[in-house]
Amino acid sequence: MSTVKALEPGSRHDLRVGISPDAPDENTIKDEVGSFGYCHSYETSSRYDGPGLRLVLFVSGCLLRCTYCHNPDTWHLKDGTYVSVDHVLRRIGDFAPSIQALGGGLTISGGEPMVQLAFTRRILAGAKSMGLHTAIQTSGFLGDRADESYLSEIDLVLLDIKSSDPETYRRTTARDLAPTLRFAERLASLSKPVWVRFTLVPGETDDAANVDGIARFVAPMKNVQWVEVQPFHQMGSFKWKALGLEYKLENTQPPSRELVNRVIEQFRAAGCQAR
Amino acid sequence: MKAGAALRKEGDAGDCWRGFRPGDWQTSINVRDFIARNVTSYAGGEDFLAGPSQRTKAVWAKLQPYFADERKKGVLAVDAKSPSTLLAHNAGYIDRDNEIVVGLQTDQPFKRAIFPFGGLRMVEAGLKAAGFEPDPAVHETFTKYRRSHNDGVFDAYTPEIMNCRRSGIITGLPDAYGRGRIIGDYRRVALYGVDRLLEAKREERAQINDMWPTDEIIRLREELSEQMRALEDLASMAKLYDHDISKPAVNAQEAFQWTYFAYLGAIKEANGAAMSIGRISSFLDIYIERDLKAGALDEARAQELWDQLVQKLRIVRFLRTPDYDALFSGDPYWATECVGGMDLDGRTLVTKSSYRMLHTLYNLGPAPEPNITVLWSSHMPAPFKRYCVKVSRDTSSLQYENDDLMRPFWGDDYGIACCVSAMRLGKQMQFFGARVNFAKALLYAINGGRDEVSGDQVAPRTMPVVGDFLDYDDVMAKFDTTMEWLARTYVHAMNCIHYMHDKYFYERLEMALHDRDILRTMAFGIAGLSVVADSLSAIKYGKMRVTRDATGLIVDYQNEGNQSTPQFGNNDDRVDQIASSMVTSFMEKIRKHPTYRNATHTQSVLTITSNVVYGKATGNTPDGRRKGEPFGPGANPMHGRDSHGWLASCLSVAKLPYKDSLDGISYTVSVAPQKTHLSDSQLLDEAVKAFDVYFDRGGFHMNLNVIDKETLEDAIRNPDKYPQLTIRVSGYAVNFVRLTPEQQRDVISRTFHGQI
Repeated sequence: MSTVKALEPGSRHDLRVGISPDAPDENTIKDEVGSFGYCHSYETSSRYDGPGLRLVLFVSGCLLRCTYCHNPDTWHLKDGTYVSVDHVLRRIGDFAPSIQALGGGLTISGGEPMVQLAFTRRILAGAKSMGLHTAIQTSGFLGDRADESYLSEIDLVLLDIKSSDPETYRRTTARDLAPTLRFAERLASLSKPVWVRFTLVPGETDDAANVDGIARFVAPMKNVQWVEVQPFHQMGSFKWKALGLEYKLENTQPPSRELVNRVIEQFRAAGCQAR
Repeated sequence: MKAGAALRKEGDAGDCWRGFRPGDWQTSINVRDFIARNVTSYAGGEDFLAGPSQRTKAVWAKLQPYFADERKKGVLAVDAKSPSTLLAHNAGYIDRDNEIVVGLQTDQPFKRAIFPFGGLRMVEAGLKAAGFEPDPAVHETFTKYRRSHNDGVFDAYTPEIMNCRRSGIITGLPDAYGRGRIIGDYRRVALYGVDRLLEAKREERAQINDMWPTDEIIRLREELSEQMRALEDLASMAKLYDHDISKPAVNAQEAFQWTYFAYLGAIKEANGAAMSIGRISSFLDIYIERDLKAGALDEARAQELWDQLVQKLRIVRFLRTPDYDALFSGDPYWATECVGGMDLDGRTLVTKSSYRMLHTLYNLGPAPEPNITVLWSSHMPAPFKRYCVKVSRDTSSLQYENDDLMRPFWGDDYGIACCVSAMRLGKQMQFFGARVNFAKALLYAINGGRDEVSGDQVAPRTMPVVGDFLDYDDVMAKFDTTMEWLARTYVHAMNCIHYMHDKYFYERLEMALHDRDILRTMAFGIAGLSVVADSLSAIKYGKMRVTRDATGLIVDYQNEGNQSTPQFGNNDDRVDQIASSMVTSFMEKIRKHPTYRNATHTQSVLTITSNVVYGKATGNTPDGRRKGEPFGPGANPMHGRDSHGWLASCLSVAKLPYKDSLDGISYTVSVAPQKTHLSDSQLLDEAVKAFDVYFDRGGFHMNLNVIDKETLEDAIRNPDKYPQLTIRVSGYAVNFVRLTPEQQRDVISRTFHGQI
């Protein structure tokens, strides 16, 4: 993702403040058909969210409330724009030949792709039929909703494991850890390629035992190609401010190089391929 | 051109041409054939390259104080007394013992010359601005006895053209200085020697003796005579430096020197805005290869020739005026040199000297000149592509143009004049025509021909927009009418300019290094394309309310629709097609009007740094751009509006139709290092792929900067820390610290994309 410097009207960082104050409730999401859905924005030139050059589609709606979230403007479903799947696929199609030539693909991020399961399923299937590599970036919290056919549309899962300790997980995300671990095990049993992503927040997730817990959990999984340590950054802080949200990490510094290296080494010591 | 038996003098050239594969080039002036038969393509990597020699370093050290002084003081010295000609100045040296390529514009480095044949006013304004006194004798000559190009043009202009000039809807016209954008085939002097070129010219002259003396034939006879005189003078100029260039060059050293003398002659005779050197690297490589094989040269000496030639090209200076600098700052003169590309037989024209030319950016450090242009073909050897991208990453000093797109139009021996104008070397020239302010034209359409800033009626009175909202079809119809008028006025002005330029400031030496019968193009241009496209898109997809001032002039626009409107630079066909159709539409209107000397109409989407000046002179536009804000440079999307990454941005630009902008489409991309897991080496590979994709999709040009904003901001605060910080602007590179403060801010406000 590109660095965010300013709030420019009309840009993808333009916040849609006040369109909907309601967080989606798990039980009220009606997404059975998926011919329409809510998209926040897209970016065509990421080199971070999967192999090759990625077209990253940010869909809205997320059930987690991570303290370090850098896209809090995607939490609410209706923060996004209501668009048809045909429209989304037409846009993806505009880039597909170039993305393919660059060895890249589509990554659905957000938000949480599995909030709009039927919608993202159709997008992923459409992208696949264009010959694109597909990926989702997910917390895994809704992993139980993803059936085999959903997973078959996905070539790579970028799975956030934010903590190995249920308490820390809850403090950081306001949700339970168990569904994520369950989803990770299921992906392992299906041999679905996974990049595990761990966001390193000093004072919050950097505890050595916490890191070791994830490392021990992930190390035996043959399907995990990478464990990626993502240093916390302050580039999303302006969004919290603009949205009038209380930002607890205002004074948290990004982790030092030494700390990042320590964590990477912890993963490696456990036998993970880490970077 | 076949010059026949008169050219065949085997005895003469035999020794000079030893070891070369024979061909048509021996019996006619045909450098392209010589290259095709003798070039040694190179598909390897850069590991053979050598560092700078002691001599190169010594010469470079002598020049450093001048560079430092110039940054502080501007113009260091001018010879205000002697109008520049081939023979106006004695030989000049930097460090005679260590220079292996010699020749200066005047008798001292950094001493500028004057060119009153273009226009005395420009000379005197330039002198005064630089703190020098105009010379009374020159003044008298050029007011009493001799008219200039500038005088002639203003005699022929109409009041309407004067109004257009004043209002800024047509700007930058070469009516007061050299038009430039002509590339002599300087290689001919090395390959054939002056005697043989003279013979060919005599032959060309003899062929038209029996032709009836129409205007055209009489002019041609005079021009050919002038060309021959110029060649003789060129030989005399070389004699001042103790070189006899009447015969072909016998070795690489002479080939470099002869070619440079020819170029030096051109810049002594003409002060065009752009004075490209052409496509010399792979030509001169043939001489280097021959000497290397014979053991007469080693790699260090070969690189030394390149380094020292490039040193000369880095100190070319012309006397300009403050107005001119506001348009094109940092003393650019576009000594554009093309490297790479493919030939018509499918072989690559990448040679070891393509590498050596690029390598000068390491041996001497980054610099704007020569304006090194990589003719990118997806078929070029992979190691060379990679090396180019590496040089870009390290120096931000290269530009790229699509050889696969141009080759079908111009063959395999074209050069680039200025930034993006392709022309077959020695067989084609252009009548340069700057550009019109396309955004202003749209505002004229809305306001019935009145200028949105001054309120003056500049275009003929037409029906302005009535009512409170803009209607797309209505505005398009009005814009069409305005474009018709503008195209006609523009061609009219250009005909006057080039008639007078030929008459009073004919580039006799550059044209002596052309065939007699050439293709002439007349190069028109537009600035502010993305402003126009976004404005029309806003009108089409938004609900634009207008605001009028007390005189009824529409001065502002408000989108009352509830949707943001499509913007150019996001690969969105709704607006990209508007941009493309505007390019085609204006070109079609230009083509309706006959040109001077039957030149072929072409068009560019290019601003150089003038996007700042154009923006300054233009009121609020319907796209939301505020009065005075710069336009996007060249064909670039407006700053910050290409918000979906570089891929989306460059795919939009790649859609613009080259067939209707054969004079080039300029696109500048700045990327800042970004978070990625790829190694430096992988990033280079990925960048090469990205180039291939952009050019395969029809992209024409790519000016690549790899730099972050913080560095640029620091350079503004501490210019002395960054003497060689080079940045590509639209079509050329410039020392960042020598840009005007406004232009520096403009560069910083441009969109920076993440890693390619």
